[in-house]
Amino acid sequence: MIVVWLILILMVGGALAWVTEAMDSRLPRLTALIVMLFSLIVVVMLCMNNFPDPLSPGGQWLVLEKWSWIARFGIYLQVGIDGLSLLMLLLTVFLGLMAIGAAWHEITERPGFFYFNLLWTLAGVVGVFTALDLFLFFFFWEVMLIPMYLIIAIWGHENRAYAAMKFFVFTQVSGLILLLAILCLAYFHFVQFGRFSFDYFELHNVVLEGRFQMLVMLGFFIGFATKLPAFPLHSWLPDAHSQAPTAGSVLLAGVLLKTGAYGLIRFAVPLFPEAAADFAPVAMTIAVIGILYCAKLAFAQTDIKRLIAYTSVSHMGFVLLGVYAWNIYGLQGALMTMLAHGLTSSALFMLAGGLQHRFHTRDMGQMSGLWAKLPKMSAMALFFSIAALGMPGLGNFIGEFLSLLGAFQANHVAAIFAALGLIFASVYSLWVIQRVFHGEFRVPGDHGAGHGEAHGATAQDLSSSEMLCYGAMVLGLVWMGMYPQTFLAMSEPTMAFLLESLGSFVGSVVSTAEVLP
Amino acid sequence: MPSIPYEHGLILAAILFVCGLIGVLTRRNIVFILMSLEIMLNACGLAFVVGSARWGHADGQIMFLMILTLAAAEVAVGLGLIIQMYRRFHTVDISVLSEMKG
Amino acid sequence: MLEWIGLLPAFPLAGFLALVLTRGKLPRRIAGVIGVGSVGLSFALAAAITVEFLGSDALSHTQVLWTWMSVGNFTPGFSFYLDGLTVVMLLIISGVGFLIHLYSTGFMADDPGFARFFSYMNLFVASMLVLVLADNLVLLYLGWEGVGLCSYLLIGFWYDNPANGYAARKAFVVTRVGDTSMAIGLFLLFQQLGTLNIQEILTLAPQQWSEGSGMVVAASALLLGGAVGKSAQLPLQTWLPDAMAGPTPISALIHAATMVTAGVYLIARTHVLFELAPSVQILVAFVGLATLLMAGFTALTQRDIKRILAYSTVSQIGYMFLALGVGAWSAAIFHLMTHAFFKALLFLAAGTVILSLHHEHDIFRMGGMRKKLPVAFWSFVIGSAALTALPFTSGFYSKDAILLAALEQPQYGTLLWLGGVLGAFLTAIYSFRLVFVAFFGDDHTQDAHAHHSDDHGHDDHHHGPVKEITGFVMAAPLVILGILSLVGGFITVPVDSVFGVHEEHHASTLVHGFMIAVPIFGVLISYLLYSGAPQGRVLQQWLKSMRESAFGGGLTRFWFSGWGMDALYNLLFVKPFVALAQLNRKDLIDQFYGLLVELARISNRAIVLTQTGYLRWYAISLIGGLVLVIGIGVWA
Repeated sequence: MIVVWLILILMVGGALAWVTEAMDSRLPRLTALIVMLFSLIVVVMLCMNNFPDPLSPGGQWLVLEKWSWIARFGIYLQVGIDGLSLLMLLLTVFLGLMAIGAAWHEITERPGFFYFNLLWTLAGVVGVFTALDLFLFFFFWEVMLIPMYLIIAIWGHENRAYAAMKFFVFTQVSGLILLLAILCLAYFHFVQFGRFSFDYFELHNVVLEGRFQMLVMLGFFIGFATKLPAFPLHSWLPDAHSQAPTAGSVLLAGVLLKTGAYGLIRFAVPLFPEAAADFAPVAMTIAVIGILYCAKLAFAQTDIKRLIAYTSVSHMGFVLLGVYAWNIYGLQGALMTMLAHGLTSSALFMLAGGLQHRFHTRDMGQMSGLWAKLPKMSAMALFFSIAALGMPGLGNFIGEFLSLLGAFQANHVAAIFAALGLIFASVYSLWVIQRVFHGEFRVPGDHGAGHGEAHGATAQDLSSSEMLCYGAMVLGLVWMGMYPQTFLAMSEPTMAFLLESLGSFVGSVVSTAEVLP
Repeated sequence: MPSIPYEHGLILAAILFVCGLIGVLTRRNIVFILMSLEIMLNACGLAFVVGSARWGHADGQIMFLMILTLAAAEVAVGLGLIIQMYRRFHTVDISVLSEMKG
Repeated sequence: MLEWIGLLPAFPLAGFLALVLTRGKLPRRIAGVIGVGSVGLSFALAAAITVEFLGSDALSHTQVLWTWMSVGNFTPGFSFYLDGLTVVMLLIISGVGFLIHLYSTGFMADDPGFARFFSYMNLFVASMLVLVLADNLVLLYLGWEGVGLCSYLLIGFWYDNPANGYAARKAFVVTRVGDTSMAIGLFLLFQQLGTLNIQEILTLAPQQWSEGSGMVVAASALLLGGAVGKSAQLPLQTWLPDAMAGPTPISALIHAATMVTAGVYLIARTHVLFELAPSVQILVAFVGLATLLMAGFTALTQRDIKRILAYSTVSQIGYMFLALGVGAWSAAIFHLMTHAFFKALLFLAAGTVILSLHHEHDIFRMGGMRKKLPVAFWSFVIGSAALTALPFTSGFYSKDAILLAALEQPQYGTLLWLGGVLGAFLTAIYSFRLVFVAFFGDDHTQDAHAHHSDDHGHDDHHHGPVKEITGFVMAAPLVILGILSLVGGFITVPVDSVFGVHEEHHASTLVHGFMIAVPIFGVLISYLLYSGAPQGRVLQQWLKSMRESAFGGGLTRFWFSGWGMDALYNLLFVKPFVALAQLNRKDLIDQFYGLLVELARISNRAIVLTQTGYLRWYAISLIGGLVLVIGIGVWA
């Protein structure tokens, strides 16, 4: 029941936030905060109860429940939590909390409806991470998208209508393809076993003939790769990110992108082992192109939020790479990248939001030398940029290193090219620091250094509540970097199970002798 | 009584229908268009009656009665609209009023 | 004592955290005590550990702190490994590091970023200690990247000048190219050997690979890539001279004594791999040789006091690579140690000069300083003597060992030896050129500013009277390092057990004599050329005419620019990358989707055209359609 409760808490909390707006405009955020804190406690308790010791992983399914829903079509309310889901839930509620922190002062217009949308998005995400019935999964998939669309469309920046529409069209089209693929699978279950089923475990038994399996698998892949986003499907993301309010960017980058990766790990590969094995080289190529191409694009941006958005795409390339390496290193690497990227990108978006809040622009060309006036903010930006470029000792390094380690075993060439992404990452990360925080102090509307009474000159450094948010994320990243075993142990049984049940499909590991002299 | 071959009736109905159609297509005065529409309706009615006579069935005649009432209602509403239109725009030329275009 | 090994990096790390968390609000005194004290504690502990370790019979000691991560077979730990090589590195890092920290309290006394400076410095020392203590390559990589980060932060320490930021980024990105190569090397090693524990690799490699097999060649070449990046060897040497933008103590600590020698340490640490790959090993020697000559020629033409020292650092690390390449592992480490002493000394002395002359870097705008800056002068003389390898200085013993080892190389011995001796000759000329130009002759400090060699953010060129700035904290490190530079040659590095061989090199008296004579000859030439001595007028005239001739002038400019490598890389990598990025700023893929939208819009417009608003058109199309459908129904 715990899953249902969690979703209900979020949904009811959202409704409550909407209702309380009428009483006092500050009540919604308080409601949301309490609800999120409560959810966080629930999830943390779940972690502590199930994983007391990071060095001795437990069983796979911690929670597995099933109720009848539309029995005629074999649709059940089936939910389950394993280590992978639990980690994703942890990330979701943690970043949900951060998002509320980011919205705290920023959202003044219709706050009730905003927090309603925020919490409903999170409820959808929780559903996505726990649903084990594909129909239910798709239901939650849609539940999380529509409130997100509203968040961008209503509280976004200057070009929000365009961005929101783009986001919506991309996700809906890919969602439709995903739905078609799901229906195909359910139908073939009907053909082969005489009844419809959307049950994750039963669908494993469906046997699809080669060509067709590839098609259905591609349906899943496109659905998830758009969300991830993978290389040619990434173009909604920079617009959505740069136009969304800070809290929206945090949720998008931190949580929603992870649903795509989660879908790949949970569904796209295990349901179609042969097709996925055949597809792996293509997927890895896509990943490498994404890493390099978007890193290069990030370097060229002047809008700081767009830049961070492109770096997100670049980093998610490592996830894709790790997943399709399909060995324990790659999978665990993908997982760590997801967690760490969730924190870094969220923090960077919050910083970018903070800059926009203070200087009313996202154009990096107009800011310079902020270190002199905003040392705390600059130090934080430095920390998270350094984390993003994969500094060992912080979470992102673990993720990228393991992804590449796994990828190298599966495909040398892809791993080597992907590793070049590490160089590009340092180029764009340091470039941001240089442009915004180093150099001579200059802010928008303030020409000449240090004098002038423009609003920029009096900008406030981070407040203590903001520091609390960033501090929590810093701690999280250091924890992931110094002792990732806490997290790795949680997902270990799941990953091991996935690999074992499928057999490491990369029996197609290129023998090294063929590649290197 | 030697009956009129039903083909004749149908041909007449077709001629009437085409007359009405041509009226609808070529006229710009909305009153005439309405009249042409009436002619087309009656052509349909005639076809129904012919059919009903051919198969010795009452359905066609019932249908004709329905068309009659329908035509009456249509004329009532149509004329009302035309009067409104004339009052507001001082014209009965529908081309002048063509506003619903892309 | 040995079980406290984990505290070695913990002290400076704690110092870093303390300084960062208080955000510069501590009084300078306390910040300085934390910054220096933490490294001092590390040094004391390192010394104690060394005494205990060398006193015991143990060849190595491993201390597992915790399991970093455990994924499949990949279980790197936060575990430290101690052997003779580690001990030497520990003492150099914490000892020289401590002296430089101490010096910095004086050098940076007036800087507004005092606490920030020490926090970065402490983080650096912590990372460097992790680097040398690591028992597996992943942990080593952590330290490796950590020192790179600190190097970046400290080069760009005076961040308000964009030039410093550029130098810092260049340093980081160029070394990252090497780091990436190293990372790929790690992936390869793990895939082949199933472990990244250094000692296991060293045992497994000879069992798994035969000498010169493709895998080991690839692995060691990739590691070499990392080493040349960090140690500023060809072809990735371009970042080091620019890195001089940082405060001078940084140049002493990071860009002379410790971090840049990490590449040497890496190769020495994984020497078994290089022995298995002779082709790569000889490549190491030639990289070293080429670098040391190139840097030597470049140093001859530089005017900036720190850039001269930077190129000499590149050149000296070239000697270490040469030693590694000919298998003289302990000679390389020996030179690493003596180089740390005398190069730190030279940089700190240069710092004193620069500070005393109000941030003047151009040696041709100094002159005659031996009276005004006696401490700096004597430091420079001692340091340059050691650098030049004049007899009985520390550099003499270490360079001697390297050159003799090079001579013994079976294939290319003579070539390598000759190159090394030529390099020593160049070293003598450029290092004493610096001494003679800056400290002898006339005082040029009041000359009008022709060149403004300012790579320093602060605009305090107010040219007051020259007065040597030395307090106890700045003089004491100079004195200690001076003594070490003189007598450091008598220290034996306890690394024989690490490399499994005791190196001893013998050569004829003739060779010995030649190797002693060459540097002395170089100093003499330098004296004649640059001190303005009347005996050298002919030579000076010749130099002048050479410089004015087309060929000589071109050559000087070519050397001055560091053999045009910067321009070349700009042309090959930076410009295309930036151009490509600018060209595709709007994202081609996004434009493709934009095209789809445009198509939809155009077709929309086309369909809208049919919506004329004329009823009759609609009726006609309706009827036409009907007729068509019926027609198809009837005839088809």
